[in-house]
Amino acid sequence: MIRAVTRRTSTESADSVTPGRGLSRRGLLGLAGASVAGIGLGVAGDRVALAAATPGAASASTVYPFYGSHQAGIVTPAQDRLHFAAFDVSAGVTRTELIELLQDWTVAAAAMSAGQDVGEYGATSGPYDAPPEDTGEAQGLATAGLTITFGFGPTLFKTADGEDRFGIIGRRPADLTPLPHFPGDDLDTGRSDGDLCIQACSNDPQVAVHAIRNLSRIAFGRAALRWSQLGFGRTSSTSTTQATPRNLFGFKDGTANIKAEEPDVVADQVWVSAADGPAWLAGGSYLVARRIRMTIETWDRTSLREQEAVFGRTKGAGAPLSGGTEFSEPDFALAGREDQPLIGAAAHVRLAHPTQNQGAKLLRRGYNFVDGNDDLGRLEAGLFFISFQRSPAQFTTVQLNLAKHDALNEYIRHVGSALFAVPAGIADGSYVGATLFA
Amino acid sequence: MPRVLRSARLLGVSLLGVGLLSGCVANNPTGESVALTVESSADGCTVSAAETPAGATSFSITNIGDQVTEFYLLGDDGLRIVGEAENIGPGLTRDLVVQLAEGSYFTACKPGMTGDGIGKAAFTVTPSTSSTVVNADLDAQVETANENYASYVKDQISQLVTGTDAFATAYLAGDDDAARALYAATRMHWERVETVAESFGDLDPKLDLREADLEEGQDWTGWHAIEKDLWPEDAEAGFEAYSAQKRAALTEQLVADTATLDENVQELSFTLSQQTNGAIGLLDEVATGKVTGEEEAWSHTDLWDFQANIDGAKVLYAGVRDILLEEDPDLADGLDTEFASLQALLDAQREGSGFTLYTDLTPAEIRALADQVNALGEPLNQLTAALVL
Repeated sequence: MIRAVTRRTSTESADSVTPGRGLSRRGLLGLAGASVAGIGLGVAGDRVALAAATPGAASASTVYPFYGSHQAGIVTPAQDRLHFAAFDVSAGVTRTELIELLQDWTVAAAAMSAGQDVGEYGATSGPYDAPPEDTGEAQGLATAGLTITFGFGPTLFKTADGEDRFGIIGRRPADLTPLPHFPGDDLDTGRSDGDLCIQACSNDPQVAVHAIRNLSRIAFGRAALRWSQLGFGRTSSTSTTQATPRNLFGFKDGTANIKAEEPDVVADQVWVSAADGPAWLAGGSYLVARRIRMTIETWDRTSLREQEAVFGRTKGAGAPLSGGTEFSEPDFALAGREDQPLIGAAAHVRLAHPTQNQGAKLLRRGYNFVDGNDDLGRLEAGLFFISFQRSPAQFTTVQLNLAKHDALNEYIRHVGSALFAVPAGIADGSYVGATLFA
Repeated sequence: MPRVLRSARLLGVSLLGVGLLSGCVANNPTGESVALTVESSADGCTVSAAETPAGATSFSITNIGDQVTEFYLLGDDGLRIVGEAENIGPGLTRDLVVQLAEGSYFTACKPGMTGDGIGKAAFTVTPSTSSTVVNADLDAQVETANENYASYVKDQISQLVTGTDAFATAYLAGDDDAARALYAATRMHWERVETVAESFGDLDPKLDLREADLEEGQDWTGWHAIEKDLWPEDAEAGFEAYSAQKRAALTEQLVADTATLDENVQELSFTLSQQTNGAIGLLDEVATGKVTGEEEAWSHTDLWDFQANIDGAKVLYAGVRDILLEEDPDLADGLDTEFASLQALLDAQREGSGFTLYTDLTPAEIRALADQVNALGEPLNQLTAALVL
């Protein structure tokens, strides 16, 4: 997955254009809607050449390929930082203009993923009396494993009023319907849903923010930010090469996550197959995002006994309470005092386990967040949960089980929710979601 | 506000009322905790030292066997349990921290958690240079606190039964003014012992579920379902007042579930740590649901619940305060002060026999209440460690 940094010239970009629907910075100039007229979205300045490549380890110089059969940022080893953004397509935007936006986003995302500036002239060149095309805060920074992943929300296909703005209602995946209300949900519509989403992950927070900032800028007039979320620490491992990180409760999270090194499990649980339908989504996935607020002040007043009982794991090593080490399989039957199981009936590890959920597994890719504090002087802290799965039903099954029974519910509240269909990977010269509009 | 399962906090965790305290001594604030290790195997129970000076002692017990194990520190008769760590899974390590007075003890492990245990060995606590004093009256004080709290819970639930009957009668008769007047005052009996009441798994959601906590298709019963019918002002457009049949069904269920609760609380007893953690639990109820105005979404009588949660926490604290005065008078001082400050904030919101509605509080008033809950929470956090060690 990891390759050394190579310089991509604008000539290469132009060469890779496919006939008819080809993308180039010149083409984009012509395609761009009135609101972005004059902004050339090509590929220029190469700032990454300065970073030495060290293949095999995720480091500042790591570059993940943007193009491929699946989008990057899913089975990619989870980077440390996140900027996630949901957009609504602006009123009056046509199908053609939406396609142009996706094309512009594709070109810019490919450039940034490769460590290049956005636009023909980048951040520090170009007409002296014009604003620079790239916002510039990533100058001198390596990509630090930047991945940019796009998704389509249910409302892109059909608005709440039932409107089919882009002639794609017939192509909406049957599974792409808003998630059900789960017990305890306290959702803020301003932090939920959206027509489009972009997940930008990097080991450098400024690189992730730079990506969302520039993609938002490109979208002005065509799509507007609905909500966005920063994450400062990954809470899952998606590769066996990664240590398991901790959530803000201080526990290791995602020990039993789906890992990239399990191709059969990934194929079975993460990627939509051609047989699942619709055909345009084959090789894609479904992304669930949940903003989970943690009442950490209350948690911190809780005894270690209860904390470990709630998770069903030890706080230190992360071993299941039934014994062993972090990666030991939990023994849900093993009983202690009074024949009560060591891992309680309401323990998080039990309720989230595939054996309790008809075998459903999720590829989790969440992040810790602390967005300042609330009006009551409590840290606005929590987990921005992201999971990828072959069908939203996998998430719904697990979450229904958790929402009803999980002992952790006393300390968390789901305050944001969104579901997106994530199209398959992008062929060089094509654009994200091309199969949807083909 | 039921958040599905809170039982672990007060009842589920250590049902055995083991006297963790039997060997307790007054806290020695200057003494460093001595750290010992224990290895529990199928046929051995090896402690890293056979003697230690009096004071805070930490046993770090590692289960190197393949069965669930327990570790016991026993008194000089070899029977009385001074401290224990139970339910240690194979490969896991758990700490047992105790205050030990000079004297003779025994250590033992119980792999498999049955039988008399193995590896029983003499363990000596030598005089310490620090001034630790045995508190011989402690067991009796703890037992008294336990009995008093059990009586308090029974009394509150008994009053809840009476109040619920009167509320149900008024609501059934269509006397909504009377029902509204009884609603918050009656619920205070529930809220005073909320952590106990909530520990009975399925009763809590039946009696105290908020609408937002419902699963799709789930029947909504209990206090808050009736609350919405009595205060429909904030209900969604198209909300219809309940029919007489629905009122009858809801009240019948409410009365029956409350009677079941009354039966369930008759035989309870509480260890010291359950009492101290119960006080924290009540404060957390305030922090999570009341100070945010989420508990009483329709009636906005959150301050009644707030006061009742604090009442319950104060009772739990008062029960152990005499013990705390001997163990850590400074902490007792701090708790007295913070409880009083919180009560003063609540008293400032009294109106008639009740309180200001949550929706009539200013943001600054809400913030002051929230800050004082945290101010009380921090010393309350230390209570368990101060008493149980």
